[in-house]
Amino acid sequence: MVNLKKYNDVLKLFVIFLTFFFIVSCSKQNYHVSKIEGKRIPITEKGNVVANSSEQAIQIENFIKPYREHINKDLDSILAYCPVTLDKSSGKWQSTIGNLIADVTLKRGNLVFNAREKKKIDICLLNHGGIRSILPKGHVTSRTAFEIMPFENTMVVIALKGEQILELVDYFIAEKKPHPISGISFTIGKNNAAKNILVQGKPVEKDKIYYVGTNDYLSNGGDNMSFFKKGVQKFDLDYKLRNILIDYFKEVDTIPVINDIRISVE
Amino acid sequence: MKRRDFIEKTAASSALLSLGLSLSSFENKETKHLTILHTNDVHSYIDPFPANHPRNPNMGGVVRRAALIETIRKENPNVLLLDAGDIFQGTPYFNYYGGELEFKLMSMMQYDLSTIGNHDFDNGVEGLYAQMPHATFEFVSANYDFKNTVMDGLVKPYKIFNKNGIKVGVFGLGIELDGLVDKAMYKETVYNNPVEAAQDMVRILKKENKCDLVICLSHLGYNYKDEPNKLCDLKLAAITQDIDLIIGGHTHTFLDKPAIVKNLVDKEVLVNQVGCYGINLGRIDFYLNNNNNKQNAFKGTSIIV
Repeated sequence: MVNLKKYNDVLKLFVIFLTFFFIVSCSKQNYHVSKIEGKRIPITEKGNVVANSSEQAIQIENFIKPYREHINKDLDSILAYCPVTLDKSSGKWQSTIGNLIADVTLKRGNLVFNAREKKKIDICLLNHGGIRSILPKGHVTSRTAFEIMPFENTMVVIALKGEQILELVDYFIAEKKPHPISGISFTIGKNNAAKNILVQGKPVEKDKIYYVGTNDYLSNGGDNMSFFKKGVQKFDLDYKLRNILIDYFKEVDTIPVINDIRISVE
Repeated sequence: MKRRDFIEKTAASSALLSLGLSLSSFENKETKHLTILHTNDVHSYIDPFPANHPRNPNMGGVVRRAALIETIRKENPNVLLLDAGDIFQGTPYFNYYGGELEFKLMSMMQYDLSTIGNHDFDNGVEGLYAQMPHATFEFVSANYDFKNTVMDGLVKPYKIFNKNGIKVGVFGLGIELDGLVDKAMYKETVYNNPVEAAQDMVRILKKENKCDLVICLSHLGYNYKDEPNKLCDLKLAAITQDIDLIIGGHTHTFLDKPAIVKNLVDKEVLVNQVGCYGINLGRIDFYLNNNNNKQNAFKGTSIIV
């Protein structure tokens, strides 16, 4: 009996050992990569065949449909008429679409700025790169505004001293790009220096505060517009530039072609 | 006593038997097949491009992508579906619904994991947070610290999947936000060094958790020819170790096939990126053998791309 008991203990230990061995051998299964295949699968109209018979694909299509229809209805309703295609590359220092957008932004931004701060925006400066599409001849819709301004930038007003207005003008001359501009005019002299700088028709004064409307991206020094960073005050109008454009399209019947000279070269 | 004795003996013999079985299973050459499917920079492109589009006529579309993924899942149910960021921004679907539809559709397609791209901050860190309830998949980023933002706790550095016995560790890396995203958008999100984060991740995933495969979901960009000092996926692959695959984004690079890069210890790493706008689906198939069979362990890996 004593012997048997000892034998049982050994057996017990053996069972425990085996159990552990078994667990350890299971958990330590490491895998080795023997083969890798990689490819790019284009998603083309051939996929329609599968999509038309796949239950999940049909379910997804039905899910998207109400979203798509709502957006299309909203985007494609006609807001205005454009008699001539407005293009951002229509001039060296100014463009027809740039003039329009800068004028409209100044005007509509003023509605908010005036109501909130009892002040007036003097100048509006945006960037050439921010205009992402032409304004084509024909019916104008919200979709047009989305194509021109796909980004979510909002309008900001920066209070700049006259000194910075001069920097703004110098930037313009150095960059040689038709950035949309409104409320200011100047002449580029033979020596490449600016003269006859007028803000709202009056000569610029070095120590006066001017309110310059732009977008949030540029106000933070985007596109190297570092003068905006020297602003003495900043007002966020919480008004998206695209919505400014859409609201304008709703308000107007026929889009004007704005060709007045804002920057002249001697 | 006799009864107890009998039970113990039976237990011992059954244990022996199962040991025998498990030993014999080591002998068998057992191959496991894992399919990685991936997208990047889909940018809210839900509908296919129109037939008259100058560059990508009739390409892309979520419905077709879903059908393709479904077909692949039928072929091999062992699939990981990943996205390398910039889910948001590019079509009015985002402007109107703020990314809700994008997340809902990815959830329907059963995406497993995504990392965060710079455009995913386009409605601010709050805008991203607002869409989180619509995602059934998770987000990883090892170098963005969201601790002091509303996203706190919603983005993990890595996730480990157990796919049919294969342990797959996936971690995320994001691009430097300063200068690319307005601070007002990313708020107190902290960008940490991606290389250091990657080194931490491979230690945790490979050394500590013994993952069979380590995948990096990166939004760093494939390569910057004009900025040789800028970190990119090709460079990351070369200066780290224990990463098997980098799935990239940000640069909208259309690679015909995955690039193969030698890493720090001269092992091959795959780097892939499939363009943008849901025009392509990337597919990487891993075949894994049991390592305990020494014959297999020394065979090496054949890469067919």
